[in-house]
Amino acid sequence: MIESRALSYRLIDALIYGALFMLALVMAIPFLYIIAGSFASPSEYLNKTFLLFPTEFSFEAYRFIFSSGTFVSSLLVSIYITVIGTAVNLFFTVTMAYPLARRDLRHRRAIMLGVLFTMLFSGGIIPLFLVVKGLGLLDSLWSLMLPVAVSPFYLIILKNFFQQLPDGIEESAKIDGCNELQILFRIVLPLSIPAIATFSLFYAVMHWNTFFHAIMFINDSGKWPIQVLLRQVVIISSGVFETTGGSDVVPPGQTVKMAVIVVSTIPIMLVYPFLQKHFAQGVLLGSVKG
Amino acid sequence: MNRTMETAVSSVTARPAPSRLAYYVKNRWLYLLLLPGLLYFIVFKYLPMWGIVIAFMDYQPFLGVMGSPWVGFEHFEMLVTDPSFIMLFRNTLILAVYNILFFFPLPIVVALLLHEVRHSLYKRLVQTVIYVPHFVSWVIVIGIAYIFFTTEGGLVNELIAFLGGDKIPFLTSSGWFRTMIMSEIVWKETGWGTIIFLAAIAGVDPQLYEAARMDGAGRVRQLWHVTLPAIRSTIVILLILRLGNFLDTGFEQIFLSLNATTREVGEVFDTYVYRLGLQEGRYSYSTAIGLFKSVIGLIMLAGANYLAKRLGEEGVY
Repeated sequence: MIESRALSYRLIDALIYGALFMLALVMAIPFLYIIAGSFASPSEYLNKTFLLFPTEFSFEAYRFIFSSGTFVSSLLVSIYITVIGTAVNLFFTVTMAYPLARRDLRHRRAIMLGVLFTMLFSGGIIPLFLVVKGLGLLDSLWSLMLPVAVSPFYLIILKNFFQQLPDGIEESAKIDGCNELQILFRIVLPLSIPAIATFSLFYAVMHWNTFFHAIMFINDSGKWPIQVLLRQVVIISSGVFETTGGSDVVPPGQTVKMAVIVVSTIPIMLVYPFLQKHFAQGVLLGSVKG
Repeated sequence: MNRTMETAVSSVTARPAPSRLAYYVKNRWLYLLLLPGLLYFIVFKYLPMWGIVIAFMDYQPFLGVMGSPWVGFEHFEMLVTDPSFIMLFRNTLILAVYNILFFFPLPIVVALLLHEVRHSLYKRLVQTVIYVPHFVSWVIVIGIAYIFFTTEGGLVNELIAFLGGDKIPFLTSSGWFRTMIMSEIVWKETGWGTIIFLAAIAGVDPQLYEAARMDGAGRVRQLWHVTLPAIRSTIVILLILRLGNFLDTGFEQIFLSLNATTREVGEVFDTYVYRLGLQEGRYSYSTAIGLFKSVIGLIMLAGANYLAKRLGEEGVY
């Protein structure tokens, strides 16, 4: 009796482990295939269909895309908006979250309601477009950073985080003659570095992946961030590289697409281990109430 | 300087009826800090909301919002009689319903499976892998789908051909469009979706499981009587939020997947607004369409919230 129960128990376990393994495989294989394909030599790519492990490595596709001015410039654009944009995010989010963490601040409730409402209702894309146009930001990289300067969601999480800090620290700083700015920058921020680091990473990923606003606000192809170029190359298959590529030999289109995907995914993979540490907190603290 | 200010302010506040001004002077730094953020919300959130008025106007860029003539509900009447309206509504609705039927339950199931895994290393390994797709952009997800599913040398079609079947135009057939969209969502978001449920499960008091075991509950019964009730309110809240965004089909994904052959089943409100408003310059009409969609979203959210509260669950507000 006990024997058979243990057996069925182990059988269920095996099924669960197997199912999860399959799931992880489904999530991982596309990446592995793309990475492998991007390194495959042209001849190998043309002769075999499946190559999870290329037998001869070739950097032809990479050499090709990096010889293209368009690709490099859009990489630089993306790096620029990711770095500057994240700094803008942090400035706006921190400066706003700190006063809102003060329970006795007048108008706090009204402001919080105003913030919450923007999570439920928005003007839509055309009015936003007209505002950005009206500010003269079209075709400026600021149009990719300013309209997303504060995520209401992260603002509320950070506000809740500041509220949890013990009041005593601020009180004693005040007695020592610090003003609010000094308290924020010298005391509260150093205490919040882990939280701030988490938000930076999430904001940075958002900027790196920005696409919608770019096709809305940026017409000048010289200012395209990487995602827009990626679409041209991989999905539309337009000849972005044919005209600008400086290499003599043109590698097969598929390997070029794969190489472009790999390069534009690398930054995400680099920050991923750091992001992962903070997932649960980040999502959880978001019990958006109060 | 600062010190004298400070004492001056405290002497002001010590008076029996401290003036309003004194309060703001005392807290000037806090309000100064608040300023950039407030400005952001006013300019990029509330100004566009005010911009919705152009839905009731015949907006001409050179006349501006103040100068354009009012037309009342003309654009909304136009929308309802638009031959595309039924198609848009149907496409959006079908994708939304598919999302709730085929995607929404998956993270719950996977979270429950992960909860049953006792080897924490294995569990963490699986989690690490399945969270990754959430962080790559839609452009990459659809790019990968194109590489795998194209009829010109795509892996899937090569396999089908190898097994003796006919190649299937996954990317350019209206019959496969919704399946592709749903599979992409499942691939990208299932893993990430488990986090919130895992967190809810982690909050269950282990004594409950112990007590259940004492009473002779097996695995299935523990799942049914302990774990599921523990995550029920999380499920309800997420369902409410989902209903609030019911008509948000995810602009980027649909936009990137649309082509001439799939427009008839794939065009949704968001992509239509983009096409009409930004590519054809019909600002007022497309704003009206966007507003129509937002209002339906608000109504659905309020309705779902009300229903949840009637059923004795905690709502989102």
